[in-house]
Amino acid sequence: MCGIVGLYLKNPNLECRLGEFVADMLEEMGDRGPDSAGVAMYRNPVADGGSKVSLFSADPNENWQKRVAQISAHFDSEFSLIVHASHAIIAGAASVDEVGQWIRTHWPDLRVMSIGTSIEIYKEKGHPNEVVKRFRFREFSGTHAVAHTRMATESAVTTEHSHPFSTGLDLCLVHNGSLSNHNRLRQFLRRQGGEFQTDNDSEVAAGFLTWRLSKGETVVKALESAIQHLDGFYTFAIGTSNGFSVLRDPIACKPAVLAENDDWVAMSSEYRAIARLPGAKHSRIWEPSPAQIYSWERQ
Amino acid sequence: MEFDLAIHSLREINQALHDVCDEDHAKTITVHHPKGAHSVAAGLTAATNVNILGHVGYYCAGMNQNAHIHIHGNAGPGLVENMMSGCVIVEGNASQYAGASGHGGLLVIKGNTSSRCGISMKGIDIVVGGSIGHFSAFMAQSGRLVVCGDAAHDLGDSIYEAQIFVRGSVGSLGSDCVEKEMLQHHKDDLELLLQRAGFAYPATEFRRYGSARELYNFKIDNADALRPK
Repeated sequence: MCGIVGLYLKNPNLECRLGEFVADMLEEMGDRGPDSAGVAMYRNPVADGGSKVSLFSADPNENWQKRVAQISAHFDSEFSLIVHASHAIIAGAASVDEVGQWIRTHWPDLRVMSIGTSIEIYKEKGHPNEVVKRFRFREFSGTHAVAHTRMATESAVTTEHSHPFSTGLDLCLVHNGSLSNHNRLRQFLRRQGGEFQTDNDSEVAAGFLTWRLSKGETVVKALESAIQHLDGFYTFAIGTSNGFSVLRDPIACKPAVLAENDDWVAMSSEYRAIARLPGAKHSRIWEPSPAQIYSWERQ
Repeated sequence: MEFDLAIHSLREINQALHDVCDEDHAKTITVHHPKGAHSVAAGLTAATNVNILGHVGYYCAGMNQNAHIHIHGNAGPGLVENMMSGCVIVEGNASQYAGASGHGGLLVIKGNTSSRCGISMKGIDIVVGGSIGHFSAFMAQSGRLVVCGDAAHDLGDSIYEAQIFVRGSVGSLGSDCVEKEMLQHHKDDLELLLQRAGFAYPATEFRRYGSARELYNFKIDNADALRPK
């Protein structure tokens, strides 16, 4: 089943409440996906030329301070550290390519959840209510977010298999549905240089978009290609550093509701998640059409 | 009788609605703040009036018998699934498979519906004020589906004896579904149904669609295959 939500704030005055809104939506979708939950929040962008990495450690006694001292020494520049439960956000003035490469080489025991300039990903096994508490999402500010509650069908219940999946800079995707051609597509994308951390179908969808974007396509163009090449059932919510998109497959049997007003655009598997937002009652509410791309972007 | 889903549990409200007996049919029950809850007013059997003020989630008014349910908002997937009788009116839009498998009664949706509206319908009358999504009336067996707007692709695929009336355009017809002549008695019946549903469109603006009866089940030569061995 799974539940997905997305929230894109148009009114900057609401940015301090992004976490609170997303937590409400996520909890409401808890019974669509009690196995695990995850959020990608776009917040606190680093300065030009800098990078931000979300890391996960399976070791509850992880010494993050030591890690940050290590990376700061290597790049000869002070990296910042914020720890949230099993995750840490490390940001610094070095480029995303260099930092990504260095972390993969020197910290193979850590999992890179996301890399970019504003994205932060937090995901864990457990009921969404627990996950919301563990990471204290309600205290987060930000500009937009996509989130997921998972009822596992095609691969294991682990933190790694939880959504959102990020396979490219600041790009992330949450998915309700199942893809049938993900094995062959993963094989193809690996040959194109794509990197995958799991055998999950949704990660392949994210990897596909990353590949198209690396060819210079816009998000909308990349999603048009996705309609052509992804076989299966899907409703996607996609986040980029400055935008938010929604796409359903041409058969569209997986549910989705969109709502928009002057303050925000919200997407969810069900209206009841949107009903928790201020102003929901007076928003324009509609069901996204099959194979139609909906996209919002900040200039 | 007033209920509020912000205060009462769904189970309390549905139990109270089930406890209403036929003698109380003059009663009007109002449900406030549904906020997309599932299965609101499902399984009612008495001829009671229910007003739901807001949007409902999955399976609202499922299996309805006799009750008159008025939803002042949008409805989620599976609206009035398997309705037997009574009347359900939606002021807004309805999601997927509205009126699926319905045996009787009247479903009026003033806005649009998405895909598979009236799938496997078995006698229900569905009148949609706006447009409907793809694969509507798939394997529809009997009853009438009336669309005042447009119908998306694959309308009436593998249809049996249900009748479809569309005022606007049709994306495409599904397998074995064809346009049929509008005879006077079709127009008269449609006029009455539109009146009951509260729409003022003249029946002459609609086109009629139904089964060409060319699929396997309609061939007498295949009758043996359906006989129990």
